[in-house]
Amino acid sequence: MTVSAVPSEASSASAAPRGGEVRRSVLRRVAPYLQAGPLALTLLVFLLIPILTIVAVSFWDYDSIRIYPDFVLTNYEELLTSPVTWKTYLNTVKFAALTWVITLLIGFTVAYFLAFHVQSTTWQMVLFLVCTIPFWTSNIIRMISWIPFLGRNGLLNSGLISAGLIDQPLEFLLFSDFAVVLAFVHLYALFMVVPIFNSMMRIDRALVEAARDGGASAAQVVWNVILPLAKPGIAIGSIFVVTLVMGDFITVRLMSGGQSASIGLMIANEISLLQYPAAAANAVVLLAVVLIMVVAMLRIVDIRKEL
Amino acid sequence: MTGTRRGLSFYLLAAFFGLFVLFLYGPIATITILSFQGPEGGLTFPMNGVSIHWFKNLFEQQAVGDFGGSFRRSIALGLTVMVLTVLFSLLAGFAFRRRFLGSGALFYLAVASLIVPSILVSLGIGLLFNILGIEPTWYGSALGAHLTWTLPFGLLIVFAIFNRFNPAYEEAARDLGATPWQTVRHVVLPILLPSLIGVGLFGFTLSYDEFARTLMTAGSFNTLPLEIYGMTTNVTTPVLYALGTLTTLFSFTVIGLFLAGVMILRRHRLRRTGAAG
Repeated sequence: MTVSAVPSEASSASAAPRGGEVRRSVLRRVAPYLQAGPLALTLLVFLLIPILTIVAVSFWDYDSIRIYPDFVLTNYEELLTSPVTWKTYLNTVKFAALTWVITLLIGFTVAYFLAFHVQSTTWQMVLFLVCTIPFWTSNIIRMISWIPFLGRNGLLNSGLISAGLIDQPLEFLLFSDFAVVLAFVHLYALFMVVPIFNSMMRIDRALVEAARDGGASAAQVVWNVILPLAKPGIAIGSIFVVTLVMGDFITVRLMSGGQSASIGLMIANEISLLQYPAAAANAVVLLAVVLIMVVAMLRIVDIRKEL
Repeated sequence: MTGTRRGLSFYLLAAFFGLFVLFLYGPIATITILSFQGPEGGLTFPMNGVSIHWFKNLFEQQAVGDFGGSFRRSIALGLTVMVLTVLFSLLAGFAFRRRFLGSGALFYLAVASLIVPSILVSLGIGLLFNILGIEPTWYGSALGAHLTWTLPFGLLIVFAIFNRFNPAYEEAARDLGATPWQTVRHVVLPILLPSLIGVGLFGFTLSYDEFARTLMTAGSFNTLPLEIYGMTTNVTTPVLYALGTLTTLFSFTVIGLFLAGVMILRRHRLRRTGAAG
């Protein structure tokens, strides 16, 4: 592209003084840096430096009033030797695993229906929009909206009682691990649907035809043709869901009613107690865990061609 | 695929899809109905009469804190994030069409921004401002925190557009004697416009609903999600649902406006190209 641009530029600049040409070529070389500058600067100031700050503060000391610059390992020591930390990590990973499996099943099925069973493009777009619109609304409101459904006197309990299935209202519905996972699935299923749908739309329909002509059943087509080709989308969706759940604190706090824990919630609690170095050490470990999980997922599936 | 008869699997999948949509919209529909509870009604069914009591209650200052102020702040912040997201990611999209020193690092930084848990961004910026002795504000530190979430989305969308963008249009413009700026202004931008509206929608709504990244960065004035969160811990009346209904209605309106914008743009363009051809 640059090659084709040179002759026309050269001819138009030939009449101009030499200085203008030099200035223009300098500008062309500098242009990408000027264009990428705002993005780079924003990410530098509000992402990279803050994370380095967290790493630095994780080695600081603190008392009940303030934090001191220092180099101590006590924050990590206290964190990693406490059984509470390990139990909380286990709980968080449990949430992530459950949410991942359920959203994957839902996301794959919904995307498969939209991509391969809805035949008109208009309907495809309309139904896709119907799925994505809730994504643009408030997460907290979407969590609250489960209260009348799951509560002690909620729709589900009263429905089950009037159907004669139970005598007592089920207590585990709201403010429980069940409610937490339900809310996660409700909030994040979309992050699975969209990338899987995107991958599926790129699958050459001739491959499906060929498999069917070769005598493959519908299930075999899904398992041997569509699933392997949808893997990049599954990987992207999985990264989103797993990282969102691993770092969450608000869903766990609201939906478990303070009865369950997650790493994010642990960090949030430490922040509210002004134990910043402890929170920072916790955050560094969380970041390392999340990065390891993401790298592991990228090892299994190459997503570069999706970008 | 066309011409195949709709078998049992189609209807099973359609039923599953229907249940999924019900799962997505059912709860919000429920609280919309419950927000019209009578003055004596509670957080769950049955309805105790029908009224707009709780909506009125919402606008009485003393009842639920500073709802109006936080709403205004969230809108102002959302609009700022929207403009900056469109501008920054479009500019960066142009930059990434060529190789430049550090382009790989910048790309990975942007992707990392999506993966880093929100609470880390919140904590990091909070700590940084604390150490530097700068007071966090919703229009300063929270703005930056929101951009770390919206910019990667914007960038990835712009990448997707440029991947499908045919450079022949630009070359044609150049061959016809257009300056680089004229090429961008009259050829590239009009082609990108519908997708840029999408980037704007991402920017606005993600910021408008963002909670975790605002938590430690908003300073002394709450944005709407922080206000709503505060309410969940100490309000146990349907006024919570009234607020949920209103903000959801607002979100739907914003999405509707964006979609209408894209549709009008497309129709306008079709008519123009139809007239030209």
